[in-house]
Amino acid sequence: MKVTLKIFRFDPEVDKKWHYETYVLDAEPTDRVLDLLEYVKGKIDGTLSFRRSCAHGICGSDAMRINGFNRLACKTLIRDTGAKITVEPLLGLRVIKDLIVDMEPFFDNYKKILPFFINESPLPADGKERLQSPAQRERFDDTTKCILCACCTTSCPSFWGNDDYFGPAALVNAHRFIFDSRDEAAAERLHILSETSGVTRCHTTFNCTIACPREIQITKAIGELKLAMVTGKLD
Amino acid sequence: MNIHQFEVVVVGAGGAGLMAGLYASRTAKTAVISKLYPTRSHTGAAQGGIGAALGNLEEDRPEWHTYDTVKGSDYLGDQDAIEFMCNEAPQIVYELEHMGLPFDRTPEGKISQRPFGGHTNNVTGKPVRRACHAADRTGHMILQTLYQQCIKNNVTFFDEFQALDVLIENGKAAGVVALELATGELHTFHAKAVIFATGGHGRIWEITSNAYALTGDGIALALRRGIPAEDMEFFQFHPTGIYKLGILITEGVRGEGGVLINGKGERFMPNYAPKVKDLASRDVVSRAIYMEIREGRGINGSNYVYLDVRPETVNKFAALDGRTNPDGTPYTTTGEQILKKLPDIIDFCRTYLGVDPVTQPMPIQPTAHYAMGGIPTNMYGEVVVDEKNTVLPGLYAAGECACVSVHGANRLGTNSLLDIVVFGKHAGLRAAEYAKGADFTPLPADPQGFARQQLESFRSAQGQENVFQISQEMKKEMFDNMGVFRTAETMTHALNKIHELQERAKHVKLSDTGKIFNTELLNAWELTNLLDLAEVTTASALARQESRGGHAREDFPKRDDANWLKHTLAWKKDGKVELGYKPVAITKYQPKERTY
Repeated sequence: MKVTLKIFRFDPEVDKKWHYETYVLDAEPTDRVLDLLEYVKGKIDGTLSFRRSCAHGICGSDAMRINGFNRLACKTLIRDTGAKITVEPLLGLRVIKDLIVDMEPFFDNYKKILPFFINESPLPADGKERLQSPAQRERFDDTTKCILCACCTTSCPSFWGNDDYFGPAALVNAHRFIFDSRDEAAAERLHILSETSGVTRCHTTFNCTIACPREIQITKAIGELKLAMVTGKLD
Repeated sequence: MNIHQFEVVVVGAGGAGLMAGLYASRTAKTAVISKLYPTRSHTGAAQGGIGAALGNLEEDRPEWHTYDTVKGSDYLGDQDAIEFMCNEAPQIVYELEHMGLPFDRTPEGKISQRPFGGHTNNVTGKPVRRACHAADRTGHMILQTLYQQCIKNNVTFFDEFQALDVLIENGKAAGVVALELATGELHTFHAKAVIFATGGHGRIWEITSNAYALTGDGIALALRRGIPAEDMEFFQFHPTGIYKLGILITEGVRGEGGVLINGKGERFMPNYAPKVKDLASRDVVSRAIYMEIREGRGINGSNYVYLDVRPETVNKFAALDGRTNPDGTPYTTTGEQILKKLPDIIDFCRTYLGVDPVTQPMPIQPTAHYAMGGIPTNMYGEVVVDEKNTVLPGLYAAGECACVSVHGANRLGTNSLLDIVVFGKHAGLRAAEYAKGADFTPLPADPQGFARQQLESFRSAQGQENVFQISQEMKKEMFDNMGVFRTAETMTHALNKIHELQERAKHVKLSDTGKIFNTELLNAWELTNLLDLAEVTTASALARQESRGGHAREDFPKRDDANWLKHTLAWKKDGKVELGYKPVAITKYQPKERTY
């Protein structure tokens, strides 16, 4: 089938202002949007710039806006986009070149919520694993799936409007540790999240949940954080 | 000129690089440089599990793990290193758990384990539950956990820096030259010790499970500096890649009871591996699939077969095999349990194939997956550069880019994740220890000269050749002629084609003349790495006149221990490949016939 691929272009070394380029290509319904971008770069215009690596939705490199929605280009098939495709960089992060945005603020926010396991208690005497029941493990399973692609955070109106908001991805990762029965720093993290740049900036628009390529129930996770802050309980 | 000084520089931030960075940074000033943001690394794509004889669900022992790995390697693995890795395995898995890694749990709250190909109870010969797993995203959890620990311990990262050259002065490592992708600037990292953890090079082949980033940079850099590559002819084709796309479908699917089915609707693995059937090691299963296809028993006579994990299929064959749960009750499963244990696999199939594995079988074909070969090292991660295993002071390698060799001619599933954490850790420790007792080797007058020259050769190239086109031709040639089965004829054809492509790659036309994120220039440079590795792989394979593990020759179908129980070393000298050989370390297990 013929598809029309319209791509946001900006080369900081050449352009004063961004523009769009349109390419008409042959594609199969099972082609990924990433396949088309690779084709354009390989065969038509080598200057087209974007990040990609795994090409099957687990590394999180190729998050971008596809027909207005945040998606991974490698996990979006032509049969789902239809024959008219517009590809743009993520919103809310500075565009460096074409579809490449500055990810540093995103990772800086991630680092603010203590995104690492904290347990200072002595290890089991036999040196083996700390025990955790399947139910305790299940409690935070959903938020362990995060690949830090930024689809959620850059779909969030609160993030667009507030530079200091941690954003959904950081909250997802806070959830992953706060609800892990083995972790001992839930109170510390909840204190960080109670700042104005924390969970109170979430206005439950559900954009994040819709955007997540890993289908994490993000708004629900943030709701659980809000509840934990209010009740002080981790049920 | 941007010059940085660190005692230890790690190149690559997958599991091996992060583990090395974590350990080296405890005592030495350390930097980790990586072409990708660390969490983009391909460790995150590993699915099924990490092997360790914890014995959480049934009896298991590190000695059994050692023997299985030796046998899996088709006796080409170095047995001292394999024994070391398998003995370290339980403690390092507990260590990952102590770092917070969210393993799945047994009812008692211990780390859960599942069966995997080639892992057996050495007494009964039956599959054993040895793969410690976190759903079907074990690699993702390892990568995230290690990156999180690096943040906790303030490890210094240089993200999106592409290493272009390793500096060797007076026979010692002196540092790394890297390109900062965001600015196009070259940086010199002056170091006492350099650790390569750059991953694999599966992008040489058309159908591959490997990420775009896996272009074998570390091995290619080393080759250009006179360091050999070991056992490159041994490359693993994973039996179950998604048809046409190559995306990995974990062996864990078969661990959970899935079976391979041919075009006649028959389960065919019992014909090839009567004892463990679908859980034979990967080289055996990939060859079996090719044989079925060749005999016209692909699905509809085509070049793929089915992997079937529908509950009714699993339950039927589990009953026929007499498979039991740890408590002795018959093993059965449900659609819900399959979904719980293999969520990503089901997501991949739904997304890319429109197939739901709970109700439909998955079309699969073997996919290029893992390099058993790489930069030669000893079991401490030190790079060794000749037939006598002479150490090159200050240079280390770990993970897929390295060849210890613990995988020999064929790697067992779950041993790659084990390899990266064990040898990443020990390379990091060893490098830091070395750095404490060593001085900085002075940098050469123009440390960035060779790196700059490589980039300039593309910018100034006169010609009309296209990087994408050359890359496509390489991948097709290698998949058709250097795939699961080989002959002198196909390999000679491949080698000639690679030489032609190497020549054409000198005349590519690039359109991006900028400095900021010039990924076109980067792709062109990466292509030269892939072509160099394709050449070394093919030349090493052509010379080895036997079949062993992942190297299956139709013109030499038998293993030949009398002449070929030895490791290949390949150097690039004056544009040509030169080969040498070194002995295999054999301690407890004398080679014998390998059956499953």
